[in-house]
Amino acid sequence: MSIRNSEGRFALAVSAPALAIILAVVLLPLATTFAYSFMNVELISAANGSFVGLANYAEVLGSRAFWAALGRTAYFTAASASLETILGLFIALLLNEEFFGVKFLRSIVIIPWAIPTIVNGSLWKWIYNGEYGIMNAIFLKLGLISEYRSWLSDPFAAMNLVVVADAWKMTPLAAIFFLAALQSVNKATYEAATVDGAGPYRRFFSLTLPYLTPTLLVVLVMRTVEKFKAFDVFYMITRGGPANGTKVLMYETYQRAFTNLQYSQASTYAYLFVIIIASLTAFYIKALRKSEEFNA
Amino acid sequence: MLERNRGLAISQYAFALALAVGILGPFVWMIVTSLSLQRDLTAVPPVISLAGLSLERYLRILTSRSTSDIAYAFRVAMGNSLFVAIAVTISALVFGSLAAYAFARLKFKGRGPLLLFILFTYMAPPVIFVVPLYLILSGLGMLNSKLTLVLLYSSFVIPFIIWVMRGFFASISRSYEDAAAMDGCTRLQALLHVFLPMARPGLVATGILAFLMAWDEFFMALIFTSNLAAKTIPVAIAEFNGKFSIDYGMISAGGVLASLPPVIIAIVFQKYIVMGMTSGGVKE
Repeated sequence: MSIRNSEGRFALAVSAPALAIILAVVLLPLATTFAYSFMNVELISAANGSFVGLANYAEVLGSRAFWAALGRTAYFTAASASLETILGLFIALLLNEEFFGVKFLRSIVIIPWAIPTIVNGSLWKWIYNGEYGIMNAIFLKLGLISEYRSWLSDPFAAMNLVVVADAWKMTPLAAIFFLAALQSVNKATYEAATVDGAGPYRRFFSLTLPYLTPTLLVVLVMRTVEKFKAFDVFYMITRGGPANGTKVLMYETYQRAFTNLQYSQASTYAYLFVIIIASLTAFYIKALRKSEEFNA
Repeated sequence: MLERNRGLAISQYAFALALAVGILGPFVWMIVTSLSLQRDLTAVPPVISLAGLSLERYLRILTSRSTSDIAYAFRVAMGNSLFVAIAVTISALVFGSLAAYAFARLKFKGRGPLLLFILFTYMAPPVIFVVPLYLILSGLGMLNSKLTLVLLYSSFVIPFIIWVMRGFFASISRSYEDAAAMDGCTRLQALLHVFLPMARPGLVATGILAFLMAWDEFFMALIFTSNLAAKTIPVAIAEFNGKFSIDYGMISAGGVLASLPPVIIAIVFQKYIVMGMTSGGVKE
């Protein structure tokens, strides 16, 4: 019993600074946000700080803006997470082979991932630039367009171009995960399969893909959570425009809080976010457990 | 059979080439932009001439003394970013790995739920708690401070370190601590002299990732800093990109500078980074 107690006290002592920071920066404000979501805290309104019950939730959930933002977030998440996972898988398969120059490729594949998110956004905004962008120059040279276009002025195109910009930076991460998994594959199994006459495609579908399934699951869930939180790249390239076409949940929440100063509305959005992230975290843990079972 | 393998080899090389161009192309374009004359960049189509390349913008960033100059702002912001990222890495590594040790080795009440909450704070976007935080910090006069950023960034870097280091610690055999205890070490001595040195590769890996996370952070820096006392390089780049007459070359020069530390770190420490990332994700 006394050993138990001393263990608990020692645990508390060594983790106290970490827990104190998390408590002060995250937990207390998180609780306050919760309170705000049931109140009317708006710097622009006269009725400031009164309790309004579920009115904020009713208003947000009944508004087009919320569902539109959620839909855009879902589209962005699905498009970029699947693009990155599939492309990342192919890149990993390539990098797992031995051929001239593969070592060089393996060492540079991490570069886009290392570039800061804001710099990546700024770089692609420049590439997409309607007046002087290199994409216009290349497409014109290839004969794909007859004159320069302002690519980011169409809402749906803008969203897809953000997906491309984001995928350029983040696909290496998926590739690195898959490559790490591939490199721990038992080579003897492959040799045996080859001796038994299994071709490269057969080997891929019968051996590689089942082996990668747990990693695939982890990468997919992890990427999904990250995509749901995407803000920087939108802030940099489109600022939610044109015509709100790229206004994802994060951006909508940010605007309500720091442009419109509707703190309660923003807090309500934030809590709907909490629910989504908490369920995705639960999925993530399930995926981890599953991958453990697979590997065990 | 041979024919088929040859086809495979050719498509392999085609894919490899496309990949190399795809990875390096945009990055090289940013570097070329940062070195080119403004009139070459705003020509249609853009002119790329070796004779026109110059380091002029980088020299301006290094030497500019005019406080209204973008170049000056970039230099100060780079300094702020370096300070914040290094301070976050050190403090989060110390506090985070101590807590990770507790979660990996010690039994205490509420360990499970607390760990889940820590994972949640690592995954949660800061937008869910920044509104009250902004009101509190502005009331305390703590906006526009590098130390405030260090504190704020620690709130997501520490949970990350706890989550990953817990996995590393759990993989270290208990027999080493038992041996240390037999030799008369206290818990703290065993932790500092036996446990932490054994976990060094893990500490290096998470330390590198912590630095990269802090270097990349934008959202909180955008909200909590508005002048050069604490503005980080991503905020400076975003701000100047929003203005009407954009000097694309200067923005790109800032981008190249902001990319240098993480890109060099990523290439040099690739093995550690992969280890840190995959163990954080896959091992529980």
